[in-house]
Amino acid sequence: MTITTAAAPRTALERLRWALTDAWTITGRDLAHWARQPAPLVVGVLFSVLMVLMFGYLFGGAISVPGGGDYREFLLPGMFALTMLFGIESTMIAVTTDAAKGVTDRFRSMPMAPSAVVVGRATADMLGSMLALAALIGCGLLVGWRWRGSTGDALLAVGLLLLLRFAVVWVGVYLGLLAKSPESVTAVQVLVWPVGFLSSVFVATATMPGWLGAVAQWNPLSATVSATRELFGNPGVGADGSWIAEHWLAMAVAWPLAIVAVFLPLSVRRYQRLRR
Amino acid sequence: MRPSNHHAVLAEGLRKRYSRTTALDGFDLAVAPGTVLGLLGPNGAGKTTAVRVLTTLLLPDGGRAEVAGFDVVRQAAQVRYHVGLVGQHAAVDEILGGRQNLVMFGRLYHLPAAVARRRADELLERFGLAGDADKPARLYSGGMRRRLDLAASLIVAPPVLFLDEPTTGLDPRGRNEVWQAIRALAAGGTTVLLTTQYLDEADQLATRISVIDRGRVIADGAPEELKSRVGGDQIDVVVRGDHDLPAATAVVGRVAGAQPEVDPGTRRVSAPVRDRVTALTEVVRALDDAGIGAEDIGLRRPTLDEVFLRLTGHHADQEVAA
Repeated sequence: MTITTAAAPRTALERLRWALTDAWTITGRDLAHWARQPAPLVVGVLFSVLMVLMFGYLFGGAISVPGGGDYREFLLPGMFALTMLFGIESTMIAVTTDAAKGVTDRFRSMPMAPSAVVVGRATADMLGSMLALAALIGCGLLVGWRWRGSTGDALLAVGLLLLLRFAVVWVGVYLGLLAKSPESVTAVQVLVWPVGFLSSVFVATATMPGWLGAVAQWNPLSATVSATRELFGNPGVGADGSWIAEHWLAMAVAWPLAIVAVFLPLSVRRYQRLRR
Repeated sequence: MRPSNHHAVLAEGLRKRYSRTTALDGFDLAVAPGTVLGLLGPNGAGKTTAVRVLTTLLLPDGGRAEVAGFDVVRQAAQVRYHVGLVGQHAAVDEILGGRQNLVMFGRLYHLPAAVARRRADELLERFGLAGDADKPARLYSGGMRRRLDLAASLIVAPPVLFLDEPTTGLDPRGRNEVWQAIRALAAGGTTVLLTTQYLDEADQLATRISVIDRGRVIADGAPEELKSRVGGDQIDVVVRGDHDLPAATAVVGRVAGAQPEVDPGTRRVSAPVRDRVTALTEVVRALDDAGIGAEDIGLRRPTLDEVFLRLTGHHADQEVAA
């Protein structure tokens, strides 16, 4: 039996429909990965839960929250944001593995929409992170974390966290395309730690030496952490009178958008340069 | 519109330079539909680059190429509808099962779900993978994975199929499996361009061979043609003792009028000869006169390795310094 495909799309609308179908096929591929190999997803969530327990119960007693308040209430928004950052690993691993196994080349030799590979990747990663976030929120509720504000504010906070993840997707795609082998992901796995620690995830930046605190405040991660602390009504946001401390919400939107604005075009360019 | 063209693959003066090396340096190729063309050359000769340019994965720096009548640069999208590519890695999703892989690729060709599933089952059957259809591809043997890769390239039965060293890294059994699959495809009329550095592979599969060296095709023709073009038969003399090798080399060289190849390991001296019978008689007589004991003397067709040596001045298994 000889099969020929449907005729190539002619109009812009048809092309868009094809691109979306392709993207969804790629997303479906990742969902099938989870069903076949749930371990990485589960381990990722368990790791975040472990961090909550470790910092919440082991170190937490020794850490005071500026302005008072429960450390675990302080910690959870930080852990939510940090989990979004950790997502960079799964994005990068997926992108570099496809390149190393020749799957990227196969996609590129097929008549599919070039955008579909990354759009599908982004969609799958966002879905995965939603699952991870939901699991971690559940864990938070178990250790006594609550949102004290309105449900609307809480949903907005979740939205900001996913926006951060969306920005991280594009950094991951770019670094993944840049990486020569899946092994180079290890470097990023190490580097996320200083980024995580040099922020307000675990401790208030006011407790750091002045200049270091300022650097930590301007860490994009801190913007999301502080904004979600505010929105969830959790303690420790602190107002030190600096400009940024007055604009957490705006910064939690601006930083991810700025990152997307830089890394999305970089990723597209990098993908096109594979032909050179 | 599809331009009329009687070549399945046509390349004219393709050039491609990487930062420090020239991969393609005036690469010309014309492949008639239905041909199995073996692109034969050592590592680094430019085979993979040629395939990547022809399958739209790489932009050439110069020259032009058409596949199935479409320009690989200006009509890349159309080219992709007409080619299948089996690269050096078995490019399948290793977490998914064989069937899942084929259905996914079918969906990416925009086959309706039911058709994609039917096509997947057909291909699994045809490539002997039906029994392992739901096993993750990472548990497949090398040969099975390559067959799945081949099946994925055939979902829409492309008229032109590119195979980049399809049997590299396979054990003899896997190699045979892939060879059989390629023969079946060729019998069905698919144009196949396969690169290989295995001389016997080209000899086994190809109806035409193009020899590539340093980024350009230096010879092409049917396998038999190529062999006869570089000098007809080959005479082999195997001497009894190592001490006879230099004298035997001199004798064979004088009769053949060419510098013989000497393999000390097997104590064999080989040289191309023009007139079979005269050469044989003369060599036997000369060896006798010189008192050299021969274990074996014979005439045979040259191997492709010898063809390569004659064409390029170096063995096919020698790396070319770029």
